[in-house]
Amino acid sequence: MQIELKNISKAFGPNKVLRGVDFSIQSGEVHALMGENGAGKSTLMNILTGLLDFDGGNILVDGKETRFNNALDAEQHGVAFIHQEMNNFAEMSVVENMFLNREIKKSFGMLDMAEMRKQAKAALDRLGADIPVGVPVGSLSVGRQQMIEIAKSLMNKTQVLIMDEPTAALTENEIAKLFDIIRTLKKQGVAIIYISHRMEEIFQISDRVTVMRDGVSVNTYKTEDTDVKQIVHDMVGRDMGDFYPDRNPKFGESYLKVENLTSDGVFKDVNFEVRSGEVLAFSGLMGAGRTEIMRAIFGIDKFNSGKIFIKGKEVHISSPEHAIQHNIGFLTEDRKDEGLILDASLADNIDLPSIDGFAKHGFIDKKADKDFVDMLMKRLGVKAQSAKDAAASLSGGNQQKVVLAKWVGSGSQVLILDEPTRGVDVGAKREIYDLMNELTDRGTAIIMVSSDLDEVLGFSDNIAVVYEGKIQGEIATKDATQDKVMTLATGGKLDE
Amino acid sequence: MNNTETKKKFNMGEFYSKLGPLAALLILVIFVSIMNSSFLNVNNLMNLFQQVSVNALIAFGMQFVILTAGIDLSVGSILALSGAFAAQMILMGMPPLLAFLIGVVMGAIFGAFNGALIAYGKAAPFIVTLATMSVFRGATYVLTNGNPITGPKMNNSLSFQFLGQGYLFGIPFQVYIMIIFYVIAYLLLHKTTFGRKTYALGGNEKAAFVAGVNTKKLIILIYTIAGFLSAVGGMILTSQLASAQPDAGTGYEMDAIAAVVLGGTSLAGGKGKMFGTLVGALIIGVLNNGMNLLGISSFYQQIVKGIVILTAVLLDRKQSQN
Repeated sequence: MQIELKNISKAFGPNKVLRGVDFSIQSGEVHALMGENGAGKSTLMNILTGLLDFDGGNILVDGKETRFNNALDAEQHGVAFIHQEMNNFAEMSVVENMFLNREIKKSFGMLDMAEMRKQAKAALDRLGADIPVGVPVGSLSVGRQQMIEIAKSLMNKTQVLIMDEPTAALTENEIAKLFDIIRTLKKQGVAIIYISHRMEEIFQISDRVTVMRDGVSVNTYKTEDTDVKQIVHDMVGRDMGDFYPDRNPKFGESYLKVENLTSDGVFKDVNFEVRSGEVLAFSGLMGAGRTEIMRAIFGIDKFNSGKIFIKGKEVHISSPEHAIQHNIGFLTEDRKDEGLILDASLADNIDLPSIDGFAKHGFIDKKADKDFVDMLMKRLGVKAQSAKDAAASLSGGNQQKVVLAKWVGSGSQVLILDEPTRGVDVGAKREIYDLMNELTDRGTAIIMVSSDLDEVLGFSDNIAVVYEGKIQGEIATKDATQDKVMTLATGGKLDE
Repeated sequence: MNNTETKKKFNMGEFYSKLGPLAALLILVIFVSIMNSSFLNVNNLMNLFQQVSVNALIAFGMQFVILTAGIDLSVGSILALSGAFAAQMILMGMPPLLAFLIGVVMGAIFGAFNGALIAYGKAAPFIVTLATMSVFRGATYVLTNGNPITGPKMNNSLSFQFLGQGYLFGIPFQVYIMIIFYVIAYLLLHKTTFGRKTYALGGNEKAAFVAGVNTKKLIILIYTIAGFLSAVGGMILTSQLASAQPDAGTGYEMDAIAAVVLGGTSLAGGKGKMFGTLVGALIIGVLNNGMNLLGISSFYQQIVKGIVILTAVLLDRKQSQN
């Protein structure tokens, strides 16, 4: 089977996410698809498998124009998609999961468990995976869950298998095992589209590489004819506008310093310091451990060893309450889950970390509290009709400002901002950068965790790049390039 | 800004959550007093307040618990166990006032025990308090040997009897206690940082934790309050009956939960007012008292109570969906 995608385009409203993408795959080939987050890889695959409609271009299957109506239609034609987030039902058994919604039945609608078990076993055997089919899927390792997904797709005589970041949650042994399976499938004539951020894997397993950027397929290479440098360049090679306000930092004393911070299996020997007036960006791929490091510093998660210093003095932080006492603030990655109380008013959200400061003998001084909230809403430019509005009623950008107001109000001298502009529209983004500038001018130290490479390069003073739980390197932003950061983020080293 | 729209669309659910409990109470009072004129007799009203006060006290504590999206099923058992303790100590010769004081402290400790299990054991409040309900009840039976604890020291002691049997200016003493604790609970919930943090915890526990709220300590404190107020009810009941009954307070958790829910507090946590709970307790009191006056059989009374609670919950659901 051969599939060809020609000049595919797709827009979500005014937002053009695909602008003429070419991509092809044939039997027995592993074709890697690379690109930054938001380059359009997932959209393209969703179009191929009928999950999304497309606006222009053609899909040719064995030379014939085809359009799959939905995922089931695609599956029946031999195209299966294993998503990054597996859609397992953890409490149900392996065989129940594999046959969900396509159960084999006997008369009177009774399930033919014996037959299903037999077929499930056969599919798993084909992968050389020794997995008991009767146990709940949730009790198995992520690697094994993935094998089940693969086995499931193979039961449908899959000819094209799409894998989205299949190794993101796997151990090294499991990855080796997965690669064995991929090679086996290749020999059996299956075509595999392999989406990954990890350079080494691409060179290990793929036959061809296509790089996407900003909704365009930039280049397709034979893997043996290209190298990391070339691919990284294709992935990031674009000019940045003057979207970011200038940084004119005046560094003061070291405010927060972290020494050999280690949390077993999550991050290891993390060392860095951030000075007052500095914006230190934390870059790296998703799952590299950036957020986990910050959560440990802020006392949300525990760590095994290492030291944290505030202004040169060692501190022991075991809860956010302590962290706040040491003037640390933390804007979490997930604002709805941990940043805001959505049903509560803006005022109740903003003053929560500071509320003890407005109390005399436990009783809240209403006027002082109100003045405080009004002042912060004004200073941060929160656009709302009233401080009594529910936080849920605001736009993403305004919600983010409410969270910022909360931490500015609590007197944070170190602000950890985890993806501060995620889900925020362009105008509000700029306002958030301006606020960060204003804060650092007043001596606040800011740690900005960001997956947006443009943002990291456009608005920081120094960049720490995290790879698999370690700081792979730290560079001054003025010396940094996208290539350099990407090289570090994918586990490479910078040669002088 | 949307005034015109709100005016046009009358929203039953929203109406109930704002004014409903009070309106429901008024309608109920008018209805019962028309059906039976003796309802408004001073004697009957005093009787009613007396009946309401223990449930109201427990419901005030339950209000804090439910605001955190929790529940406390063990309140009736705590009431019985702390009452039995106090009675035992009085029989052993301890001055009643001191025994009462120790009794309520014990109740607070039982509550703290619940809270610690929930906060540190990360266990579901429903299950934890279901278990401790059984434990505390069993302990009461062990302590009392299954018989009421009573004796002449109780029957002849003024300092023992005033709490549940005494009157001050023609009003039962326990009603004053209920009012005092209402004021305290009201201030605690609506005017202090403790109350604000309780709402925050109920609204989003993770976000409250990240904002520096010591959520574990708060949970323990809240269940401690619930235990303490149940024990206050236990002292009143022991004094009122001049004995500690091993099965005292059985089913009281249901009336307390009903009072909180009838008062407009959401079982999902984060929303509700202390005044609503007071009104809720009064609704249940008037319902019980009124149906007795009207000669409705206690079998039907349970059905009516159930229907009233269901109606309130469904109205609440409707409101949160809008």
